Amino acid sequence: MTNHVLSLRGVTKRFGGLVAVNAMNFDVAEHEVVGLLGPNGSGKSTTLNLISGALPLTAGNVSLWGSRISGLPAQTINRKGVSRTFQLVRLLPSMNVRDNVVVGAVFGHRRRWGHDANEHAEKLLERVGLGGKGDMSLGQLTYIDTKRVELARTLASDPKVLLLDEWLAGLNPTELQIGINLIKSLRDEGRTIILVEHVMDAIRSLCDRCVVMAAGTKIAEGTPTQVLSDKKVITAYLGDDDA
Amino acid sequence: MSLTGTDTRNVLLATLGFGVCALLPFADTGYWLGLGVTIAMFTALATSWALFSGPTHYISLATAAFFGVGTYVTGLGIETLPFWALVGLAGLIGAGLAALVGLATLRLSGVYFVIFTLGLAELVRQVITWVQNNTGQKGLYVLTDLDEAGIYWWLLGLCAAVFLTGWLIGRSRLGFALRIIGDDEIVAAHSGINTARAKILLFMVPGAVAAMTGAILAPRYVYIEPSLAFAPILSFQVVIMALLGGASRLWGPVVGVIPFTFLLETVSSNFPNQTTLVIGVAFLVIVYLLPNGFVGLLDKVLHRTKANEVT
Repeated sequence: MTNHVLSLRGVTKRFGGLVAVNAMNFDVAEHEVVGLLGPNGSGKSTTLNLISGALPLTAGNVSLWGSRISGLPAQTINRKGVSRTFQLVRLLPSMNVRDNVVVGAVFGHRRRWGHDANEHAEKLLERVGLGGKGDMSLGQLTYIDTKRVELARTLASDPKVLLLDEWLAGLNPTELQIGINLIKSLRDEGRTIILVEHVMDAIRSLCDRCVVMAAGTKIAEGTPTQVLSDKKVITAYLGDDDA
Repeated sequence: MSLTGTDTRNVLLATLGFGVCALLPFADTGYWLGLGVTIAMFTALATSWALFSGPTHYISLATAAFFGVGTYVTGLGIETLPFWALVGLAGLIGAGLAALVGLATLRLSGVYFVIFTLGLAELVRQVITWVQNNTGQKGLYVLTDLDEAGIYWWLLGLCAAVFLTGWLIGRSRLGFALRIIGDDEIVAAHSGINTARAKILLFMVPGAVAAMTGAILAPRYVYIEPSLAFAPILSFQVVIMALLGGASRLWGPVVGVIPFTFLLETVSSNFPNQTTLVIGVAFLVIVYLLPNGFVGLLDKVLHRTKANEVT
């Protein structure tokens, strides 16, 4: 049990009368890529928000290497090594590309400052395919490039767990292939990743394991092939036979 | 932390500038020195105000509260403590008060913060008036042998300290954190920044500086009472001057302070009843024509010439 990096136990979130996430349980092992799937509104992003500390839990707990992180503020969870991207890309408009990445390196899990942080940011920009674009302003970037900047910022603190919220959404077919290869290369580095995703190609080629949610509840867990042929999963996405 | 060539040049220029300013009392001890004191006072207030409000976009109207507390520190302590100790004490009390205000309000969003800070000055003023009414005291006499030139040098020293602090903060992780918070607070928190702590720490700077400014200026008033020490107009003047110059650079506010002080001076000597009107009009002009102040205007012009060079 000790090689679980991240564990969710009975994680629940209520917004008034609506139960957005209902008693979720799952574990993520080191170097594992876990996909969080489900139809729109099934609570995937909310689950990610609960892990990253963007939202407080109503009940249950989340632990990182066996110690509880739920209930801590987002900045503390980030410092402990959980780093995320956002469903709608969030960058800092007053700064250039490099400084946007430096942001992740200065205050996070592993801290760098000054020259060290700049060099680290350059390396990461190279890593995500933005080498030499550090001095550009955000307005000059294409959509996929803004996503790359956000990914580089997330990587900049050397996180133990990476949370990617629909990182591949909205990309055109060419960009999608680039994006999938990029995340695959992160996977090959042995990073632990939880990704919320709709793109089936990506799920098949990237995930070791998938957790499928519907209406806030876990309905299936297993390898991509297993869950995608699961009757309950097909029903959740496509409805009943007689519907 | 090493100095680049530009840094060294800026430090030398700033030192030279302060050196020249320090000679003013030898040239004139009347009208111009009086104006110099006003400019130095608003430079300290507006520059320190912009250190916090520039990056975070939280508009603070608490300047008068801290300033008034500072004048009262001098007023109450002048018989017992040396002047320098009173200025230091005022700084500590101002910083402490700012920390309390910060703890109570900086978790709230912008508008609530503005209203709270405006109310704070009024609250402190009312409390002091109430105490005076109950004790039968009316006001405080501040009698020292500090003359106008002495006050001017004190303020100039404070300005130098503010610029040095601002410059150091700008190079520090705290300054970087504040810029991130100003851009996107959610990203800041998810990048490991303790946003509440960073904001409170930086809010203590204008709190301390405004209180110290008040403490230094108390001897100039000779007689202090709540309506003078806590005049809310001061808070608005500081905001307008800082925005006129531009709050995004360290040297921005002073560019607004100098012309605005001359404008106010001219208006208040020629049309003493229309001063408030001028402040109102100036505010409208800044909001509509110069949303980013002179600094923003300069950036725009530089940007345009750069673009022209490229094409």
